[in-house]
Amino acid sequence: MEEHIYKKIFSKYRGSKRDSLIPLLQEIQHELGFLSKDSVARVGGLLNLPTSKIYGVATFYNQFRFQPYGKYHIQVCRGTACHVKGSANVLSALEAMLNIKAGETTRDGMFSIEVVACIGACGLAPVISINGEFHANLVPSDIEKIIGSYKNRKTLEE
Amino acid sequence: MFEITVNNRIIDAKPEETILSAVKRAGINIPTLCHMDDFLPSGACRICCVEVEGMPGLVPSCSYPVQEGMNIITNSPRVIKARKTVIELLLANHPDDCLYCVRNGNCQLQNLADQYGIRERRFVGKHKTRNTVDCTSPAIVRDQSKCILCGKCVRVCEEIQNVSAIDFVGRGSSTVIAPAFNQGLNISSCIYCGQCIMVCPTGALRENSFTKQVTDALNNPKKIVVVQHAPAISVSIAEEFGIEPGTDVNGKMVTALRRMGFDRVFDTSFSADLTIMEEASELIQRIQSGGKLPLMTSCSPGWIKYVEQFYPGFLENISTCKSPQQMLGAIIKTYFAKKEGIDPENIFSVSVMPCTAKKFEAARPGMGRDQVPDIDATISTRELARMIKTYGIDFGSLPEDKADTPFGIRSSAGKLFGGTGGVMEAAVRTAYHMLTGSELKSLQIEEVRGVKGIKEAKLNINGLELGIAVVNGVGNAQQLLEQIKSGRKDLHFIEVMTCPGGCIAGGGQPRNTDIEKIKVRLKSLYSIDKSEKLRTSHKNKAVQQLYKEFLGEPLSHKSHELLHTNYTKRDVLI
Repeated sequence: MEEHIYKKIFSKYRGSKRDSLIPLLQEIQHELGFLSKDSVARVGGLLNLPTSKIYGVATFYNQFRFQPYGKYHIQVCRGTACHVKGSANVLSALEAMLNIKAGETTRDGMFSIEVVACIGACGLAPVISINGEFHANLVPSDIEKIIGSYKNRKTLEE
Repeated sequence: MFEITVNNRIIDAKPEETILSAVKRAGINIPTLCHMDDFLPSGACRICCVEVEGMPGLVPSCSYPVQEGMNIITNSPRVIKARKTVIELLLANHPDDCLYCVRNGNCQLQNLADQYGIRERRFVGKHKTRNTVDCTSPAIVRDQSKCILCGKCVRVCEEIQNVSAIDFVGRGSSTVIAPAFNQGLNISSCIYCGQCIMVCPTGALRENSFTKQVTDALNNPKKIVVVQHAPAISVSIAEEFGIEPGTDVNGKMVTALRRMGFDRVFDTSFSADLTIMEEASELIQRIQSGGKLPLMTSCSPGWIKYVEQFYPGFLENISTCKSPQQMLGAIIKTYFAKKEGIDPENIFSVSVMPCTAKKFEAARPGMGRDQVPDIDATISTRELARMIKTYGIDFGSLPEDKADTPFGIRSSAGKLFGGTGGVMEAAVRTAYHMLTGSELKSLQIEEVRGVKGIKEAKLNINGLELGIAVVNGVGNAQQLLEQIKSGRKDLHFIEVMTCPGGCIAGGGQPRNTDIEKIKVRLKSLYSIDKSEKLRTSHKNKAVQQLYKEFLGEPLSHKSHELLHTNYTKRDVLI
């Protein structure tokens, strides 16, 4: 399956140079959801670039992630309105509660956090979106309840 | 040439050079942190800023080209203030633990803070307490809290060594230098050459120190502590004691080692002679029996790891000979132990090396037998110098002494191993003798001397056209590998030293990246070779005796068991 995806993407980039690095990484992330060690090594082989360099470029941009999404993907809005309304504290509360940083996924694969710029719901600031469900007008103390409800969902499904 | 004005003085400048290089020639100092001679400027640190008349802002002198008639001021109040701020901002995230730092006293950041009179902390950065030490590798320790992101290590790793084990990771104030995926150095593509340590302006990079293990062994009455010192140490350690660079202090160093309590002091140059016996025989055998050619030397452990990772297709080309360090290590724990009636487990074998990768080499599988390692601890030149100081030995006033027999007897060919071209020169001297039965007319092979990156020559030995190449710096070696890959066939023997200039400029040496001072160390090796009588490895009586009593002959079964090794492909993220 993965092999097939790499083949499909790489066939377009045969003979490419380092300037194709970012579009190539974007396509891989689009297909596979994240950049694995394997995919970075493969890109290195194709473009003749060291993996450290590729990782350096990829970490420069917010858009790339190096772990697969969790079952519940949390997007934290850090746009201007949310910032003014205290989204930094919401993000810290999330990070502390899940014990991961933005861009990471919990070990059990349940939750992942992503920081996004304005998601166009400034009236609801500060706002987060979990798998497309919006949670509005948050204060840091709300986080425990919200995450708890998703954890319960998990147990119910099981 | 044209004229520019600097601090109201008129000086000459060459077209297309930078302000920094013109000003330096005129004897005016401009501080630098990220600048490296012979590299493209990066302009990362801005400490070298100067004022140029007509320019609205300050310009970085390391990357700004001179123009005719330029009026430059290098020490105006505006410049000084800007530099001071740069230092203060660099210190904002610095741990300020100078007293506990390995670079205390020879740190560029510390010196600048002193020169610019920084007496208080003006800014406190949010990473001030960041404590991320990567001590996973056997050779190099990285302490990111002390890193000022000058990027010199990244450039040396990429542009000189062609390894690129590390790069800038992240962005803005959260940028760090790290291997791909923030992995430990031990599972990265790092070849442990230590050139990054040599260029690091602060204590962010240092060797993994083994001085404690050595001191513990010296204080353990049950242990017979044996030390060997590499050929490049005696011509470079002087610099750590303020003695003229290039002074050969072999005798003083032997005395110092004895006074520290080492039971036996041996010379790795002895086993360099032994290596030559094996390697020259291997070369001749490969040429005569149609073995894999060109043969490549195996003395430099960084180079070995490089091939294992990047060019596993060439592993068969690498000589199976262990390096002199490991050969002597093996001989000490077998022949010497038996001869002296000591249980190998009670021998603590120390090596003093100009190298950080030797620490890794000593820990390679196959470098020991029956769970007893051949080398118990490897310390660098810098670590030895520090120990000598700790032991309260006044190095300058020491009398001279000779190394112990039998492994203290060496030819000057073995001594040449310390610099680029030395292994080749020694090997050719002995190979010529092995092939013809007579000696080379001129033992000095001028073509392989000097610090040039790639040196090549054709030698005619009894009608056999021998193509030889000497490379230093892995980047240069890679060029040669690519040529061979695409069909080049005229080379028989290639000497590779990982560090530019060879072991004399190894990652464990006194910190000095000035090429002129490195040339002085090399010159010192040449003058030792010129002034001595025993100049070929095969004439070394101690080596001959070792073969007679123990090994039999070069490439014998016993030799293969003790003095040869093998290499395997390494799977790391390259």
